[in-house]
Amino acid sequence: MNTLFDKIWDAHTVKTIDGGSCVLYIDRQYIHEVTSPQAFAGLRRRGIEVFRPSQVTASPDHNIPTLNQHLPIAEPQSAEQVATLERNCAQTGITIFPIGSQRNGIIHVIGPQTGLTQPGMTIVCGDSHTSTHGALGCIAFGIGTSEVEMALASQCILQSKPKSMRINIEGELKKGVCSKDIILYIISKLGTGGGTGHFVEFAGSAIRSLSMEARMTICNMSIEMGARGGMIAPDQTTFDYLKGREFAPQGKAWDEAVARWSELRSDDDAVFDREVTFSAEEIEPMITYGTNPGMGMAISSVIPSSEGMDTASKASYKKALSYMGFAEGEKMTGKKMDYVFVGSCTNGRIEDLRAFTHFVKGRRKAEGVTAWIVPGSKEVERMAIEEGLRDILQEAGFELRQPGCSACLAMNEDKIPAGKYCVATSNRNFEGRQGPDARTMLAGPLVAAAAAVTGVVTDPRELM
Amino acid sequence: MRNKFTTLISGAVPLPIENIDTDQIIPARFLKATTREGFGENLFRDWRYDKDGTPKQEFVMNSPLYKGEILLAGKNFGCGSSREHAAWAIEGAGFRAVVSSFFADIFRNNALNNGLLPVTVSEQMLSALFAAVQEEPATQIKINLEAQTIEIVGTTHKESFEIAPYKKQCMMNGYDDVDYLVSIHHEIEEFEKRR
Repeated sequence: MNTLFDKIWDAHTVKTIDGGSCVLYIDRQYIHEVTSPQAFAGLRRRGIEVFRPSQVTASPDHNIPTLNQHLPIAEPQSAEQVATLERNCAQTGITIFPIGSQRNGIIHVIGPQTGLTQPGMTIVCGDSHTSTHGALGCIAFGIGTSEVEMALASQCILQSKPKSMRINIEGELKKGVCSKDIILYIISKLGTGGGTGHFVEFAGSAIRSLSMEARMTICNMSIEMGARGGMIAPDQTTFDYLKGREFAPQGKAWDEAVARWSELRSDDDAVFDREVTFSAEEIEPMITYGTNPGMGMAISSVIPSSEGMDTASKASYKKALSYMGFAEGEKMTGKKMDYVFVGSCTNGRIEDLRAFTHFVKGRRKAEGVTAWIVPGSKEVERMAIEEGLRDILQEAGFELRQPGCSACLAMNEDKIPAGKYCVATSNRNFEGRQGPDARTMLAGPLVAAAAAVTGVVTDPRELM
Repeated sequence: MRNKFTTLISGAVPLPIENIDTDQIIPARFLKATTREGFGENLFRDWRYDKDGTPKQEFVMNSPLYKGEILLAGKNFGCGSSREHAAWAIEGAGFRAVVSSFFADIFRNNALNNGLLPVTVSEQMLSALFAAVQEEPATQIKINLEAQTIEIVGTTHKESFEIAPYKKQCMMNGYDDVDYLVSIHHEIEEFEKRR
């Protein structure tokens, strides 16, 4: 009567110490340039080496420019952070996928894409969106830099076991609804703290019907409801996705792995600390109107009223709407926007680029809209070019940039100017996330495409 | 070895906003350093300063009234990004404890790993704390880690709080997890062999 989560967690518990803190063994550690330098410095100060360098993989992604990657990084601090990562990897024998190389990209895009991420694993990275990898049926979660140092020092971290939660989406998705809409819908129902303390398994017929990449979008944003992570039991979709990928098992080892992975599911009588079920038919294309990912609504609806909220919540709600320049009861459709950002570890994979491109094909980017189309990895960029997506985008007035985290968190030059509105396929609409005083509306690639060609927030179903 | 945390009696800086995310605590553009120092000056940067760096008078940290080593915040504090820089910034600005009715998981771990104590109180206690501090900014709050209690000094408002026993020991003794994990390398190697 174990959950999938229990099975993987228990199989990786080296020991449990006083009061329930577990020494959890980590199969795969990913690192990037922003949250690792202080961890390496800590190891040097203590005079200890990286314990299992072959289980660690690095890719610079947060700070890197998305144009002219062949040139040195112009911003000195970003350049120094990336150089520090390269130096740390060279000194410790950790594999790095450098900028411009064929394997480079956002770490949460390249982990699955290269087959480094596999079912049944435990995976950590100093990045909250590590939850993405859970789509392949593993326990993957974000950690802080002290924990990055722990994992480098011992291939283990100390964590108390989270509670379990299952979210079922049953039924058939309506036309024009994508996986981003599912997760924005869930978070709008449960709130940004709704999953805190829990590790979530996503299940149900609607989830099962999703492609591997669509599943990644859902698990990616499980942190946005506060969950430690999200996961989906591996199935034929998972195996088909992984087969033949560079670091996936090959030959006889592949068959053995699939046999093992096929056992990875929650028992029929498994009991979850919390279980919630939603109907897929209820879900519409979504967009956010506020400053946290829980402030989402069906695009055809109106901004909810604060009536009935307690005083503290009402004050925070009003602060958020005032930042956005919106009012309760207003429609979102028809609102003018200035920027479109398609990319990030949430929606920067090839299927997202395909969805966006097919929508804008034969249409034109609206005047006055600036659009940044940023592939999640070098491989996604290569596919987009080979499949002719870049040409279609160019014809419609869009430019395909080079891979990186880009305007999701605006650590590089890709910043939304103060006061401007951006429809973004990324994961966070926090105040200033995309640049000081920038206003973000989160949505899926179809809503982004509809906005890009009309210049206003538009229900994509009206143009389909 | 970090600073040890036993008992703290201090005033508090009240920030009655819910869902304060780590992008507010320390915006991403300030994450470019490769050391742990210097983040305190950019704590709550865009709430605390104008674009030209002038302190915003209406922000509580710029008020001469509120002083202390305790940050008092609305529920779901520290949600969002896993950046430990958020804990470094709060500690770097001179805080030793954060009190809220609800903390995001990763932030709570990051705080504990840096000797910054996250204290989870009930909604009622949080309201009482905000009310007391806002009415009398000099209000003293006592946090006793050994006894796991928090109280408003001179009142009957007192409550106990939870902390994992291992983390409590680490906080009280200034230990950190890396020391411990390195000390059990042999057990980790045994585990690798038998799995």
